[in-house]
Order: sequence, then C-alpha cells, then structure tokens
Amino acid sequence: MSVATRPDEHGRFGAYGGRYAPEVLIPALDELYAAWLELRDDPGFRGELADLLRDFVGRPTPITHATHLSAELGYDLWLKREDLAHTGAHKINNALGQVLLAKRLGKRRIIAETGAGQHGVATATAWKEAVNEALRDWAASVGTTHYVIGSVVGPHPFPMLVRDLQRVIGDEARTQYRDRVGKDPEYVVACVGGGSNAIGMFTAFVGSPEVRLFGVEAGGVGSELGRHCSSLTLGQPGILHGALSYLLQDADGQVVETHSISAGLDYPGVGPEHAYLKDEGLATYVSATDGDALDGFRLLARTEGIIPALEPAHVIGWLRHRPLPDGARVLVNLSGRGDKDLDTVRAALTGEQP
Amino acid sequence: MSGLETTLRAVRDRRAKSFVPYVTGGFPGVDGELLRMLAAAGADAIEVGIPHSDPIMDGGVIQEASRVALQRGTRIGDVLASIVDAAVEIPVTVMTYANIAHHRGYEAFCDDLARSGVDGAIVPDLPVDEAERFAALAAARGIDVVLLAAPGTTAQRYRAIAAASHGFVYCVATYGVTGARDQLSVTARDVVTAVRPYTDLPLLVGVGIATPEQAGEASAFADGVIVGSALMAPLVAGDPKGALRLAEAFRGEIL
Repeated sequence: MSVATRPDEHGRFGAYGGRYAPEVLIPALDELYAAWLELRDDPGFRGELADLLRDFVGRPTPITHATHLSAELGYDLWLKREDLAHTGAHKINNALGQVLLAKRLGKRRIIAETGAGQHGVATATAWKEAVNEALRDWAASVGTTHYVIGSVVGPHPFPMLVRDLQRVIGDEARTQYRDRVGKDPEYVVACVGGGSNAIGMFTAFVGSPEVRLFGVEAGGVGSELGRHCSSLTLGQPGILHGALSYLLQDADGQVVETHSISAGLDYPGVGPEHAYLKDEGLATYVSATDGDALDGFRLLARTEGIIPALEPAHVIGWLRHRPLPDGARVLVNLSGRGDKDLDTVRAALTGEQP
Repeated sequence: MSGLETTLRAVRDRRAKSFVPYVTGGFPGVDGELLRMLAAAGADAIEVGIPHSDPIMDGGVIQEASRVALQRGTRIGDVLASIVDAAVEIPVTVMTYANIAHHRGYEAFCDDLARSGVDGAIVPDLPVDEAERFAALAAARGIDVVLLAAPGTTAQRYRAIAAASHGFVYCVATYGVTGARDQLSVTARDVVTAVRPYTDLPLLVGVGIATPEQAGEASAFADGVIVGSALMAPLVAGDPKGALRLAEAFRGEIL
C-alpha cells in the first residue's frame, strides 16, 4: 500500500482508520472526501494554497544544521524549522488548507478544537474532550459548518486530508536536505501526539529503505495507565473520534486519562496511519518522559539558541540518550517554538505551579 | 424474527405506537427494579445505555449520567447484570459505543448480550458501512443491530440503512446529539418519510424528544418514539419518581 493509494476508499490504512461516526455526519464526510479528491491536485486550489503558504506562513521553512548539538551528541543533526512558520508551529499548514477547502464547499462557519493548549493551562483531558465537543457541535451544524480537525485523527477523510496538507513539511525537508548534504538522512525523527507533524515529515520518506523513521511519544511520568500518553508503544487497537487506531483504554474499552507535560501530545489515541506504519514496520515508535522533554528543551536552548515547544523537545530529549549509532545523519522535525511553554517549564524547573 | 422486531410489529399490527424509554445503565437508581417499573408504566421495549467515556452522540444530560455511572465504577457486566435482574418480559436493547464492543471483541460482546437476554444493540458510531460484521455476529445470536437513519442523507443511503437494519430503524429526529429541544424538529417526519419506502420494519423516532406532546406529534407519523434525555433529566436531578411519572405521561401521549 503506497502513500498514493493509502487510505483505500473506505478510509482504511490496512486495518486502521475507517469512519466510526454518527450517521448524521456521514453526508458531510462523503462531501469532504469527494471535494478533496478533486481539489488536492487542482492547479487553482494548489496555487492559492501555495501562495498563502509562501506569503502568509513564510514557507518554505528552513532547515538548520545544529552544529553545537551535533558535537554534543555525536550525530550530524539538522532541524526542520516549523517553529519559524507563522503562528509558531506546523499546525497552520493544515488550518489554512482546510479553511480554503471549507470556502470551496460553501461552508460559512468554522469550528476547531483547541485542546492543544497554547497557554499551558490545558488539563489532562482537554484535547480529547474538545474533539468530542467539536464533533457534537458539528452534528448539529453540519449543513453550514466545516470542522477543521487539528491532527491526522478523526473519521475518514480527515487523517488523509490532514496528512496531504502537512506533507509539505517532509517534501520541503527532503529536497532541502539533499541540496545541503547531497543525500538523504539516515534517520528522520518527529514527536507524535495525534501525529500530524510526524506524518507530515514521514510521508516524503516512507518506504525509502535507506531512511529509518522514528516517532517519539510522550512517556509522561511512568508506564502505568494514566501516567503517559504513549498510545502506540503502550496502547491497544481501539476506536476513538471516528477511527480505529492504537488507544489507551481500560479493560472495558473506556478511554483513560492521560498525562504529559506537553498539552499538544496529551491525547489517548493517535492517527490511524501511524498505527499502520507501526504494524507494517515502516516506522518505529519510542517514548520520552516529561523529564526527557525538559532536558531536551534546555539542551536545544543552550546549544543552538532555539527554544523548542515541549512537543518536539521530546525528540531532543530522546536523542540525548544517544539511541542511534555514532555519527548518524539525523533530520528532526522541530514542529513548534516554545514561547507558549515557558510558564510550564519554569514551574517544572522551580517546582512551582504554573 | 427476533423478540424485538416481533414485539414492535405486534404493536403496529394493533394500530398502536411503541414507547421505548432509554436509561443510562449504572447511574444510581437505574437497576432491575427501575426497568420493571418502566415496563409497568407501559414501555413496549427498553433501551439501556452501557456508559462510555466518550459519548459523542450524546448531549449534556446523558454525558453527565455516563460520567457519574463510570465514576462510581460501573462495568459492562454490571449493566448486563441489571438487565438479567430486571427479568422484564418486554425486549431490552442496549445502546453503547463501538469501542465497548470492539475492545471486548464483537463475538464475545454478542455472546455476553445473548447470555444476558438482550434483544438488540444500538451503536451510533457504527454506521451501516462499518456495522456489517458486528450485525452478522449479533444476528447469529438472535440479537438485532438497530441502525440509525439521520436527516440530510441520500435516498441510496436510506435504502442501504433500511436494508441492513434489524428490529427497527432508529430515525434520528434532528441534527445534533441527544437532549431536549424546544419543539419537535421538522426533519423527524422527513426522515421517516424517506426511509418508509425501503422497509417494512417499524420506524421509531428518537433524539431530542423533550415532552409528551412532542412524542405525541411524532407518533402521528412514526411507529414509535424513543425517549432518553427527557427521562434521564429527573433521574440526574435525583428524582426517580418524577422520571416514572414522566414515563407514564409519555406513554399516555404515544398513541
């Protein structure tokens, strides 16, 4: 199953994905799928989106050779700088694309979930509950409203749509890396909550035998249920928010509370394409704890003068344990900047409440 | 033909309308005794919710009832035990979400339902395209998987839902999730009218039926009415007697 044929027309990535959604949403999902199949290769739509990504978002975002961090860790590290995109993270790539799509669909009202926590005040279940509430709103308003889901989760076609809008990250990065280094990286690493920045980065590389893909989940404060949000590494297949994927759940299939220092990774499920990539051995998923993320945050700030969001700080924290061979060529997706997390980090480092 | 379908057809055959109350299993006071009292109040079948952590098809009242039920440690087995304990003669269907059945395993879950004397299952996040395997496993055990038909879809889809549903077709009265509305949505009649040509199954209307008067209106064009949030609201407010009085009032208007 290549990226081009993934998912199938039922929204399946292998066994995962699908459309476990209330019947009232199905016509809108059908409409969205049909529109996207038409528009994703439409020159007018692509051109309008490309102009916005260039002029408003500031794409292409650069890649930066992290020379000091490389020296410290013994790797050759490059960072894809999604933190430099307008609004400070990769999320804008998807939001702009979906709003343009909504305009084409004639939808005049937009809803979105905001649980990923821009101010460090998100509670443990904020993101999951926000998606629930957005789905309920959409069920009532589906004729006039488009739901801009924020990650590669949800019922078909959302995981596909968001992937297609985020793959610009990896498409740019692969070209940039080849221009600068002359060949592909050996390792590509991204953090995974719902999984949109990772899918956006991985899609350009999936199936290239010389490139290994690593997704870093939030390991929180322990491996017991409720103390982390490592759905792929510690969960089991289950259905949440309209898709079958890996899920953190109890013996009855109730979705459990999760924990991460990073609100953007704090989600009990994960995009279904990641479940597929895991089962097929096309990507490897690992986890990094809250402590690793704080270490990664400080390390990148100290060595490169870049303050990462706590989400990609998990990747730096994981690399700090030197899990890859010495001298490895590594490309990291730095999915967002850390201004939003300063209160959280300050509190964690001083032991005070934010 | 299952007990659920037989019962609802028999109601229609005597030119009456079915009244199907919903209660959230595991909520304090929702036990075998309450189910017996609902039967005594004139229910033709009862829908018992197996609470789920993420009830995306439910509005505030049933969300709160589900939260409370789970917080006090309600397990799937507790809800099924309350159905066994009720030992009512009318059919009982469960309402839950796909992950509850999926995590147990569709086959084992259907076995559990059959062992508990459950006649039907309503799973609002298993639309017709995803329901086939679960419905077949359930049917093999004499359990009807009831599909939902909602406003705003195509004739082709209404036909597919009508053809694949068992027991009855759950006609969703309005856009949105469960919970009371000020008036019966005009879409309720549209959905019933759209489904009717494709099946002889009873067509029951549910979602958003707030008052006995609205239920009466709906029963003029449907074969029956499902009432959930309106009955759960007094239970959530700690007034089980009020809920039973209201059930009797609904029964009185569903003619």
